[in-house]
Amino acid sequence: MNNKSDSEIAGKVTASGPAKSSITLKVNGAERRMEIAPWTTLLDLLREYLNLTGTKKGCDHGQCGACTVLVDGKRINSCLTLAIMKDGAEVVTIEGLAGRDALHPLQQAFIEHDAFQCGYCTPGQICSAVGLMNEGRAKTADDIRELMSGNICRCGAYPNILAAIQEVTQAGARRTKR
Amino acid sequence: MNNFSYTRAGDVASAVSEIARDNAAKFIAGGTNLIDLMKENVARPSRLIDITRLPLDKIEEAKDGGLRIGALVTNTDVAYDEQIEKRYPLLSRAILAGASPQLRNMATTGGNLLQRTRCYYFYDTATPCNKRDPGTACSAINGFNRIHAILGASEDCIATHPSDMCVALAALEATVRVTGKNGDRAIPFAEFHRLPGDTPQTDTNLQADEIITAVDLPAKGFADNHTYLKVRDRASYAFALVSVAAALEMDGNEIKEARLALGGVAHKPWRDTEAEAMLNGKEAIKENFQKAAEAILRDAKGFGHNDFKIELAKRAVVRALRQASEMGETGKKYGDKLHRTADQPR
Repeated sequence: MNNKSDSEIAGKVTASGPAKSSITLKVNGAERRMEIAPWTTLLDLLREYLNLTGTKKGCDHGQCGACTVLVDGKRINSCLTLAIMKDGAEVVTIEGLAGRDALHPLQQAFIEHDAFQCGYCTPGQICSAVGLMNEGRAKTADDIRELMSGNICRCGAYPNILAAIQEVTQAGARRTKR
Repeated sequence: MNNFSYTRAGDVASAVSEIARDNAAKFIAGGTNLIDLMKENVARPSRLIDITRLPLDKIEEAKDGGLRIGALVTNTDVAYDEQIEKRYPLLSRAILAGASPQLRNMATTGGNLLQRTRCYYFYDTATPCNKRDPGTACSAINGFNRIHAILGASEDCIATHPSDMCVALAALEATVRVTGKNGDRAIPFAEFHRLPGDTPQTDTNLQADEIITAVDLPAKGFADNHTYLKVRDRASYAFALVSVAAALEMDGNEIKEARLALGGVAHKPWRDTEAEAMLNGKEAIKENFQKAAEAILRDAKGFGHNDFKIELAKRAVVRALRQASEMGETGKKYGDKLHRTADQPR
């Protein structure tokens, strides 16, 4: 399924394959109801059915983290997730992070720290970092490095990615202390 | 991905009857390994039975003073569970040494046990593989075998079991609880996974109609003296070349009881009770650690690229035993950094 989108494949086989099922997801705050084949991954659903192409297909095998999204608040690899299994879940993608007037603090910090070069891994990096902050276990730079190891950056922007995440986690810690 | 039909199991009994009806059906929970294998055309299930909504997602106290981990508890939830961290920190450490936070959020306890080898030939459908297509050949024996087994391998398969969690569960002598058409049974961890022999297509002794419901931990957790040492090609997010779970019960500097399990070296987590017995009643000194290491690796056999693993494993055993024995006062600090192997260079 590397070269063809899932919808192309699904379009050809549904006549003989099992029937599509109806699922409902809350995506970036909006309820979305869709008819999908059981083999549609959450990643393909986001990109091909909902045109949310911010979430990237990198390796498509759970090794690179470019497809990271938040499902019920937890970061996961959407490429290894069957959408049908997440019926009723709440999904947040990179498109759902910014507020009405301002970017998410992590998005802003990535810009300020120049935490990317080509940008392909960035949506996954930022969603993963949001998950990391929700988890609240990263206290040091080493912790962040370890707990961000599921997101690979081929450009090697790691020092700036680390700096961006560190700035936001530290700002969060300062706010909590006050 | 090939087509398949999908059904969601409402209870354990119907999950078992669904799987018994169709021998090409598979259970799916976290999916982190199975979906990947389906994309690679290695797994071709006709039907997926979604078990994620079964009530197997709790960690509970067991009557014998141990803990029962439901088969659907995620790797993350096991690793950071307060009781697991306190009573079975070795298990926390091993889990956090594996995969990535995203994968650990998805992967389940039962699925971790059933994940398949990451042998590159098993994944590559263009090459022969006895595990994938029985009776073809093992491409790894005379191929690139840097990541392959040095213990318990056969002429038909030299694949390794990839789990970190299972290495700790082997050392802790966990029990796997399963349910099938013929009722419930409990499988000692050492008997759950198999060596390849001439049937490498079969990874475990789980029957086709059985489902894992829980993993039981015995009361003894070796919280005071333990380590999980993982040696790999990069600092994080890589499978073990060699890993060692060491758990000791100490009396001063004397070892009262030793448990040792190795990962990355065999078709199953490798335990050697004879080598463990050599340590019991002995002083925790390097000479004794070395004797145990020599004993564990006495029958080790390399296949060329992986020859280095034999010496590496010996040294890893010695280092793990030293770390575990020295834990006490100074070593407590390791416990505070549960997500990192103690030995990782900064």
